[in-house]
Amino acid sequence: MERTTLDLWVGIFVVAGIAALVMLAMKVGNLSTYNVSETYQVHAYFDNIGGLKPKASIKSAGVLVGRVTEITLDSTTYKAKVTMSLDKRYQFPKDTFANINTAGLLGEQYIGLNPGGDTENLAPNGEIKRTQSAMVLEDLIGKFIYSKAEEPAK
Amino acid sequence: MAIVSALRGIGRRTVDTVWRIGLATRFFGLILFHSGNSFRRFHLIIKELFSTGVMSLIIIVVAGLFVGMVLGLQGYETLKRYGSESALGVMVALGLVRELGPVVAALLFASRAGSAMTAEIGLMKATEQVSAMEMMAVNPIARIVAPRFWAGVISMPLLAALFSAMGVFGGYFVGVVQIGVDEGSFWSQMQAAVDFKHDVMNGVLKSFVFGTVVTIIALFEGYDAPPTAEGVSGATTRTVVTSSLAILMLDFILTAMMFGGS
Amino acid sequence: MTFPKGKLIAIMGLSGCGKTTLLRHIGGALTPTKGYVKVDGQIIHELDQAGLYAMRRKMGMLFQFGALFTDMSVYDNVAFQMREHTDLPEELIHDLVLMKLHAVGLRGTHNLMPSELSGGMARRVALARTVALDPMLIMYDEPFAGLDPISLTVVGDLIRRLNDALGATSVVVTHDVQESLKIVDYVYFMANGVIVEEGTPDEIRNSQKDWVRQFVHGEIEGPVPFHYPGGDYRQDLNLKVKS
Repeated sequence: MERTTLDLWVGIFVVAGIAALVMLAMKVGNLSTYNVSETYQVHAYFDNIGGLKPKASIKSAGVLVGRVTEITLDSTTYKAKVTMSLDKRYQFPKDTFANINTAGLLGEQYIGLNPGGDTENLAPNGEIKRTQSAMVLEDLIGKFIYSKAEEPAK
Repeated sequence: MAIVSALRGIGRRTVDTVWRIGLATRFFGLILFHSGNSFRRFHLIIKELFSTGVMSLIIIVVAGLFVGMVLGLQGYETLKRYGSESALGVMVALGLVRELGPVVAALLFASRAGSAMTAEIGLMKATEQVSAMEMMAVNPIARIVAPRFWAGVISMPLLAALFSAMGVFGGYFVGVVQIGVDEGSFWSQMQAAVDFKHDVMNGVLKSFVFGTVVTIIALFEGYDAPPTAEGVSGATTRTVVTSSLAILMLDFILTAMMFGGS
Repeated sequence: MTFPKGKLIAIMGLSGCGKTTLLRHIGGALTPTKGYVKVDGQIIHELDQAGLYAMRRKMGMLFQFGALFTDMSVYDNVAFQMREHTDLPEELIHDLVLMKLHAVGLRGTHNLMPSELSGGMARRVALARTVALDPMLIMYDEPFAGLDPISLTVVGDLIRRLNDALGATSVVVTHDVQESLKIVDYVYFMANGVIVEEGTPDEIRNSQKDWVRQFVHGEIEGPVPFHYPGGDYRQDLNLKVKS
């Protein structure tokens, strides 16, 4: 076969392969939301994080603003310390409220940020003071059953 | 006595296997040692990229599409029971990127390109082309084997990526276009769950390892084949069998190392 | 045995008598258990890899069935060594290749693949490839095997002419007696790995040794038996010997 035809086909092959890799990275994977912009770290303490995992998303008003980077247990307070990295483009007031939400009834858990009204913004490595733990489904069901049982019988 | 001869048989096979693995490793070293020439004359690799990569394109693309479509169909049937059809994208993408893409593409590569490599080199040996090259003071490992090795190593990750991409597209086609899963949740859940480093890059790493192993096995079997018709056909069969087993075993080990801990 | 410069020498003998082994020793593919091969003043098996490869560049070898590279065209086959061993510009290689192909009368085939050639043509292309770098020693392993009478004469004639044109030394391993006796200067006869007779073609034709006579004239009866050594025939057939 002619050298130029050969080169052409190999070129097509390599470009197609690389395009597939890029597609896997951008469209299938999360590279498009990965390290594209600078981030800053904040942390928060939760009584119970439920099923939250590292790399879980952090959303504000439904928009992805960052990811959970690390979850550890504080050995003095026995609270879960969640470190998150937030996109530098998004700044939040100091009194922002962080709560652990669930996507759908049984879906993945994520952290939702509800901005407060403070004029000062969260500093890098700052702490989100106001948090709400995850709702644990078993506890909810348990509460519901107890409250039913405590109702006076008709 | 039967036990003794059975034991002897096991012993001989073990020794043979270890012996061959040792020879193949030495062969691998020789290839690396003689690789400089093939990079200085890159068109040698390009020529082999054509016969390994481009010629495997169609089978990889078609197989990837169908595997993805089947995954979409079966995944939907299962996920529907738990009311989480929106996770279809996650299932299809993770399955393909982590496992099916690298493994199935490597199996297809072994039977399409690997066997062809073995047969080609075996025949070159049988028709004295290898000896002729040696007599012309050209090292056959540098001239014949090394370019094929690098072509295999380069094309395998690309083929696996193509396979996965086609598979995701197949899953999308069946899940979203045919069945009617919500397109937004298909892609967004997929993107939320598939991590670039952890999933995509590990898949690429896997296919790189498989490509290296399959190509080494194919080239070694071809170069080691007895220069007769039966020798070459036996070597071709051995290439497919050995490399398929090697792919599946290595996949288990790699999966345990990459995803086992978390 | 010695191969003086500029001569065309034939080595003859039965299949399996060690002729090809001899060529492999000259080419350095085998290490002798005893004795040595000396080419151009150097002992082959004492050369290191680089020295051996340098020596092989001065040699050419024509394999039994040509051993053309099946994945390259005729042109690329002949150009192979020039591209591997020299930095000649492509235009010069082009001219050289066509000259070599012209010498064997196959200039018109340069675009064909080896599979499109007949056996005789493939042998001639292989010959052109063998002499591509003008070697000083050319070895032929059974150049006449499996050729029709016309190709046979053509190849024989080419071997002679190329040898004279290049001033090279040629060693032809063959068992085609009549064709080789026509072209060679000197003949060695081998049997079981040792030389049994040597001489010019005329001396060989008139040799009085039984063995050579049988070989040259292709007689069935002679020192080389028709039967492979076996057990007693009657016993092998389970016949009872009547007493």
